[in-house]
Amino acid sequence: MSFQSILFEHPEQELRGKAVGEPDFFADLNLGQVVDAICAGREEYDLKPFFYRSLSSVDAIGYRHEVMRDLENADVFAPVSAFTEKLRLMRAHLAQAEKLHYKFQKEAWFLDAVEIYCDAVYGFAQDLAAAAPASRGFGALCGYFGAYVAAPSFTSLSAETKRIKADLARVKYCVLIRGPSVTVRKYESEPDYSKDVEETFARFNESAVKDYRVEFSEWPDMNHIEAQILEFVALLYPEIFSNLDAYCAKNRNYLDATVAVFDREVQFYLAYLEHLAVFKRAGLQFCYPEVSERKDIYSSETFDLALAHKLVAESRPVVCNDFYLKGRERIFAVSGPNQGGKTTFARTFGQLHYLASLGCPVPGKEARLFLFDRMFTHFEREENIANLHGKLQDDLIRIHDILDWATPKTILIMNEIFTSTTLQDAIFLSEKILERILELDLLCVWVTFIDEVAGYGEQVVSMVSSTDPRNPASRTFKVVRRPADGLAHAMAIAEKYGLTYDRLKERLRT
Amino acid sequence: MKAFLMYRDRDFDLNRVLPWNERALTQDLELDTLFGGMARGDKFLFDVAKAAVLCGLENDSETIAYRQNILWDCLRNPAVARSIYDVAVAAIEGEKGSYWSFFGSKYPGGILHRAIEALQMFVTMLKKLKDIADEHAGKFESKGFQNFFAMLRRELDPAYFARIDEHLKELKFRDGILISAELGKGNKGAGYVLRKTPAQKRNLIDRVFGPKPPGYTFHLHPRDESGAKALSTLKDKGLNLAANALAQSGDHILSFFNMLRTELAFYLGCVNLQEQLSKKGEPTSFPAPSSEPMLAFAGLYDVCLSLKTAQRIVGNDINADGKELVIITGANQGGKSTFLRSIGLAQMMMQAGMFVSAQSFQSELCDRLFTHYKREEDVTMRSGKFDEELGRMSEIVDHVTPSSMILFNESFAATNEREGSEIAKQIVTALLQRHVRIFFVTHLYEFAHGLCAMRMGNAIFLRAERRPDGARTFRLVEGEPLQTSYGKDLYDAIFTGRDRPRSEYTAPMRGRR
Repeated sequence: MSFQSILFEHPEQELRGKAVGEPDFFADLNLGQVVDAICAGREEYDLKPFFYRSLSSVDAIGYRHEVMRDLENADVFAPVSAFTEKLRLMRAHLAQAEKLHYKFQKEAWFLDAVEIYCDAVYGFAQDLAAAAPASRGFGALCGYFGAYVAAPSFTSLSAETKRIKADLARVKYCVLIRGPSVTVRKYESEPDYSKDVEETFARFNESAVKDYRVEFSEWPDMNHIEAQILEFVALLYPEIFSNLDAYCAKNRNYLDATVAVFDREVQFYLAYLEHLAVFKRAGLQFCYPEVSERKDIYSSETFDLALAHKLVAESRPVVCNDFYLKGRERIFAVSGPNQGGKTTFARTFGQLHYLASLGCPVPGKEARLFLFDRMFTHFEREENIANLHGKLQDDLIRIHDILDWATPKTILIMNEIFTSTTLQDAIFLSEKILERILELDLLCVWVTFIDEVAGYGEQVVSMVSSTDPRNPASRTFKVVRRPADGLAHAMAIAEKYGLTYDRLKERLRT
Repeated sequence: MKAFLMYRDRDFDLNRVLPWNERALTQDLELDTLFGGMARGDKFLFDVAKAAVLCGLENDSETIAYRQNILWDCLRNPAVARSIYDVAVAAIEGEKGSYWSFFGSKYPGGILHRAIEALQMFVTMLKKLKDIADEHAGKFESKGFQNFFAMLRRELDPAYFARIDEHLKELKFRDGILISAELGKGNKGAGYVLRKTPAQKRNLIDRVFGPKPPGYTFHLHPRDESGAKALSTLKDKGLNLAANALAQSGDHILSFFNMLRTELAFYLGCVNLQEQLSKKGEPTSFPAPSSEPMLAFAGLYDVCLSLKTAQRIVGNDINADGKELVIITGANQGGKSTFLRSIGLAQMMMQAGMFVSAQSFQSELCDRLFTHYKREEDVTMRSGKFDEELGRMSEIVDHVTPSSMILFNESFAATNEREGSEIAKQIVTALLQRHVRIFFVTHLYEFAHGLCAMRMGNAIFLRAERRPDGARTFRLVEGEPLQTSYGKDLYDAIFTGRDRPRSEYTAPMRGRR
């Protein structure tokens, strides 16, 4: 099996005719923030287009799941991560070589770049083979790298690089500075005077805290004094430096194209996994969803990835939610107090499905999600100068268009529409829209204040944002199937502080 | 070189992290008054007293004995102790005056220059110390001082200083600086090492007629300023290690003087305090720390109160050996808070290695000391007073250990008596089961009476003494809780003061012996 891409088994199928712009629903679902956070620090790879293309087949999603699972294995992850880090370093060296002026300096940086490359490729080929990856993607890649490092073009490049590095490392010289005169000559085993001084003062140096050694800011470039000294050094060791010249001229195009493409594409996975690691450390879970065309979807202990990112950064707790649809259920009608997590629930539902369509693990303990063809969102925008009539009209036009485009495989997420009309109108319009949605058999989340939607029929599931029964004033951000059950009981303050006898017994146990 | 006057084998860290409840302890036990009494206006003495007392709970009984002996020496030879302290201060001030050249601290050349100056001044001060050691060492008996004087004689030998002088001369580099290097990253010079120049080894004939190593020479143009700068950087790279060694030596000697000053400051603070108390005729004694559950004392008084009052203070005598719970009830203004504070202060002073304000004092060591006092105002705004009280209690529980000691002063009274008593009982019962030592001043009759009715062997009940005529003696006596705390007395005193002997109330803190 030949290797093409770590992202697609059949790139030509998946890439056909797809736009690469940011999908329309990104803003409503805060997916833009999520993708920004994922790609942060990896701008050089231009990863965002990868996150704008959802996959269209279960098999394509499976291909990525396999790769991602391999990368969750430290034996695979470590070499991949090391490899990409080294290539990053290599590019930095090449860029530096470009910037420098003195020839012997440019050549030294180029030499180091090639050394890093050889080391990266060789080490990766070994380690990846040893890790025995299970995925189709890494399996094919493993074969490619094995052949590449065995080829004579690579082995001779590697050997030559090492030899020249070793020659340069042998060079040792002395500089004698006396007033304005500077003499450069070979080193002839003159004794170390610093050591002598250090030994004499050792009695007073025990447990020294402050280090007075000055860190000299080492710019990569040289001043003219250093350059003059280096030129004299090259005269002291003429053969070593002429070999360096020849090597650089010969190996200008050493970088392999497939290696370079892999280096970029694998960042899609690394970026995503690195992003997840933050949440995992905070105790949150992720799972590989079962993605299928079944509409009895479910997810447990899931959360809004964008919101969680903020909360975790502030060390605040993240509230997880569960949802499921069974039998003929198709629509979540979400109601309840404001600031109770309704919008978050709607976003979570959309994010989950979208991330699943990228072939990524999703927030939550387990999930079965729907392989959609299109996703539409309609979130209330902040009111601008438009009058009430205008806004209602906009709402209706937008929903009409969506329903025109929608197919039975479409997901629709609506957040507080029809807020700008009378309740009676709103009920009437909502029922009409609901009929259309049910007719199309869409999967839908509908955040609404209209109870009639929630009680419409067996296809509609009522979800309610709930409050803490012990403290009705505080929001839990839990959205549950059942209606909130009653009022709070004031807890004894002592219980709150864990100062009852029983709690103390527990706390004082060491 | 180490002073080792606070610990047998390590330095005293003035900047160590204080216990998390340092502010509560300071406020509740009025520690600032104690530190002020030790400092007598010297801020440095104040800081040292504060660190030593607040961190004293970590000391083991060996450290306490070690300090008690050193303190005993200082109390008998205060003038010598102060003269050593003065040398340390002079050395520290002298170093501050050392000249830093314009870019001195950033360039090895400048660092080297300053280090040489500082070292010369330190040598003078070390010699002064040695003179004091030679003259007075015989008067000191403690292990700590004996080791200190022996260390001075051992470290400060003349031959060693002669060698240092020699190096200081050589480090002026009359024959030029020779530096070796290798090729580093990007073929830049790296691994600079200062070398002995051949001129230091070869004789004249070799220098003129001997084989010269092949080399290439260039001369810096007189107007090439950036070149001159580059060249001096190159020299600095060679001098880096030698400059470091000298500067670190200077630091080490400075830190020795700093440590000596800091550690002596604690004892000078104790000497200051003792001088004030003995002038008033207040007794002080070295306490006996114990590892058993012991508590017995005679004439224990509140040292802070004494420092603020002209008269002598009423002391208390109690034997509470084997008791883990001490409940204190009784009259308002009867000396309960003062008594509680005197316990906390004596415990902290004992564990810091100080004398205590009592004729005798014996107590078990604790590793943590907490105070839970009624607070006047709610600082948090959000939570109620009771909420705040329990919040602080919960923090204490987070930090409590089996060998902790907790002083409660009218805790859990911010709610009604029944609820307050119930919560106090649950908390105290749970803490006692972990063998935490508890001193509890309370007006919660239901709580105090309830515990008393349980007839626990490890509890003792004290009551502020009140004579039948309502007058207070400011002494505590053993006795069961009574149902009233005589708040009525206080009310009467303030509103209808004519009925009472007025002097008892206008100066409630005064006592007689």
